[in-house]
Amino acid sequence: MTQPAPLFAAQEPIFPRRVSGRFRTLKWWIMGLTLGIYYLVPWIRWDRGPNLPDQAVLVDLAGRRFYFFWIEIWPHEFYFVAGLLIMAGLGLFLFTSALGRVWCGYTCPQTVWTDLFILVERWIEGDRNARFRLWKAKWDARKWRLRLTKWLVWLLIAVATGGAWVFYFADAPTLARELLTLDAHPVAYATIAVLTGTTFVLGGFLREQVCIYMCPWPRIQGAMMDEGTLTVGYRDWRGEPRGKKRVKGAGDCIDCMACVNVCPMGIDIREGQQMECITCALCIDACDDVMAKIGKPRGLIDYLALDDRPPVLPGEHAPVRPMGSDALDDPNTTGRPGSGDTAVEPVEGRTAPAPHAAAAPFVTRHSEVWAPQPVWRHIFRPRTILYSVAWLAIGVALVFALFVRPEIEMTAAPVRNPTFVTLSDGAIRNAYDVRLRNKHGEAREFHLSLTSETALAISLEGEDDRIVTVPPDATRQQRVYVTAAPGSDAATRALTDLRLWVEDVASGERAYRDTIFNGKESFDERTGAAG
Amino acid sequence: MADEKRIDEATGTETTGHTWDGIEELNTPLPRWWLWTFYATVAWGIVYVILFPAWPMVSSATQGVLGYSTRAEVAAEIERVNLSNADLLESLRTVDLGVLERNEALHGFAVRAGASVFANNCSQCHGRGAAGVQAAGYPNLLDDDWLWGGQITDIADTVRHGIRNEDDPDARYSEMPAFDEILADEEIAALVSHVRGLSGLAEGEAEGAQLFLDNCSACHGEDGRGDRELGAPNLTDAIWLYGGTPEAVEHTIRYSRFGVMPPWGDRLGEAQVRAVAAYVHGLGGGEAQVGVPLSEAAAEEAADVPEASFPASADETPAEADAAPVRPVD
Repeated sequence: MTQPAPLFAAQEPIFPRRVSGRFRTLKWWIMGLTLGIYYLVPWIRWDRGPNLPDQAVLVDLAGRRFYFFWIEIWPHEFYFVAGLLIMAGLGLFLFTSALGRVWCGYTCPQTVWTDLFILVERWIEGDRNARFRLWKAKWDARKWRLRLTKWLVWLLIAVATGGAWVFYFADAPTLARELLTLDAHPVAYATIAVLTGTTFVLGGFLREQVCIYMCPWPRIQGAMMDEGTLTVGYRDWRGEPRGKKRVKGAGDCIDCMACVNVCPMGIDIREGQQMECITCALCIDACDDVMAKIGKPRGLIDYLALDDRPPVLPGEHAPVRPMGSDALDDPNTTGRPGSGDTAVEPVEGRTAPAPHAAAAPFVTRHSEVWAPQPVWRHIFRPRTILYSVAWLAIGVALVFALFVRPEIEMTAAPVRNPTFVTLSDGAIRNAYDVRLRNKHGEAREFHLSLTSETALAISLEGEDDRIVTVPPDATRQQRVYVTAAPGSDAATRALTDLRLWVEDVASGERAYRDTIFNGKESFDERTGAAG
Repeated sequence: MADEKRIDEATGTETTGHTWDGIEELNTPLPRWWLWTFYATVAWGIVYVILFPAWPMVSSATQGVLGYSTRAEVAAEIERVNLSNADLLESLRTVDLGVLERNEALHGFAVRAGASVFANNCSQCHGRGAAGVQAAGYPNLLDDDWLWGGQITDIADTVRHGIRNEDDPDARYSEMPAFDEILADEEIAALVSHVRGLSGLAEGEAEGAQLFLDNCSACHGEDGRGDRELGAPNLTDAIWLYGGTPEAVEHTIRYSRFGVMPPWGDRLGEAQVRAVAAYVHGLGGGEAQVGVPLSEAAAEEAADVPEASFPASADETPAEADAAPVRPVD
């Protein structure tokens, strides 16, 4: 009775080697950009006038406002945020279908901070071999010194990370001062503590474990990728069989393990697509470097799609290394569950039953006649175009909604308890709760009036002149009375349509709400009661 | 059913010795983390029972050594809120109601406080929307008709002492006689049509007019406009406390009506009485304050002072106001 393989393998330390190249450079730039945005944005000032905050990006939870440069979002406009979240989701789908886990490899916070932490680690403890030796070494004074230094720097980064987060929710300079003088709200300290802890542990110690066991995204990504998706892959038809450069009939791969040594996920990309691969492309940089040294063209490991593989002609043996056959015995692989299993199944007829060496002679010949699709054909496909169109449509709709947002916002709700009141002279009066929003930084005066097919009079509770003053950045509810003269059309009819107008006294801008007036006679008919 | 315990070869686990139709039960131990979590919850439960009220007794529960109580928390919270509003409440208690509306902050506080006082104490009869119940004679507080006066001071007085009750000697009191025994049926019928005619609902008759003059005008006035001093309704307007149908009016004349409102002064306290008076006054039908001697300058002053140090009235010192917090009106 055989047990299924366990779904979790104990973490094995990974010591990624330093690498340089175009993808590494790109990664440095993206890391600088994303970290810069994260740490600096709360400090951008934005003058909104005397009564509103001066922070360009501020999530004011207590005041229920979201400020983003010149845009101010009120709670009832949260659809803007929802729309942005949908766009973020579609954007992720778009990039994944075109370029695989490019989000994971370059911009995911887990990747960015892990990269930063590895940078610190390398700076303090040395590169791969030095770190490997240190890991095996006894806990003497030197090891303690290096480890404590590393952990201290990590901790400082982690505190800064948690510290930057809270600045998005309060005025940054004020909060910074309060944090230093220990006057800040306990929630701020708690938030910093939690984010410091998670950054320190996730970035410093768990690293690729987060991607493999904790993050749901790798499990979902497979649904968005297809054979046309560009992912980091190994041109096995060019590289196999591996061997020294001088050996006749050998492929381009000299089995130098550079691609494995630089991988932050600790996998061997030559085993095919694997769930663990975050397509950070560091192995491409490492391999290109080696190819340049041995005088072979770059691209043995490259961004390529599954349908870029050359077809196997009848009678030929594909040079694919059989998955799972020797991978488990291969000392170079980590033996992590899933590596190999989750890789693409070799297409039937392509799997080589014979040893690789037998297939060697035709490999080079074939790669000469086979022309894979250019990169842009992989990026501009119906699927990605569809995602782009949906993404753009929502974006355009949001921008449109932003620009047609009314400057005056009002609601008018008829008071239905009771629906009308009879006054002593027999006049019928209805009440309305009018809610006026003033999103400006200064108080505004609104003049209320109404139009109706029959004569109706409007008056305000507690106001003599039908002008409501709404304080800056506030909503004011005003009880409004509409009265129909005794025996008038509106007083005797069941329902009368009316339109409540509101006009900004200063700018003359107008807005209206349609509502109804409840009359008396029909009420009497309905209930049988007489006045 | 119970067999020998043995070690299962496939799993290496001991069996319990229970077999059903050849299927054996493994004695798989509980996961350790689960077991420890369980022990931790047991320990926590014991600590909790000691610290907090937990064990039900006959009429209450064990108090727990911490003496924790949600009631005490609520009481403390109420106390805290009252304390933070103490200045406003004190100002409200002593302010001259004639100038209350001119202090926006204090008036706003009074109206908001009064809304909840109304919902708790008044809505049972007058309705959540304060529209009253016509069939039962609970007045509509939204219209512009006031039996005993619609100034904010009048309303406060009504709330404080109630109407036609035996509990408060200062309650406003009036009683309409039942004319069932006094007048003949035809006379009542004539009176009904006259009374309805006063507000244009029916054709008035000469007989009814004479009967009205003889029997009703002492309270309702010769022209039927009522008298607020007596709480006698105005019969010429469009508002009927008990309804304006012939049946309703006849019932009123034959058997009279006797609407009672309990006094709220002791139960609510002066500040809440004034708050609910301000709220009811603001519901839509309130009348402007008249007859309160107040110079323009004094009114300006009253409107400008901050609410915390709002004086009792323009011509009273705060000390005097403290001595007599309830100012009788007229």
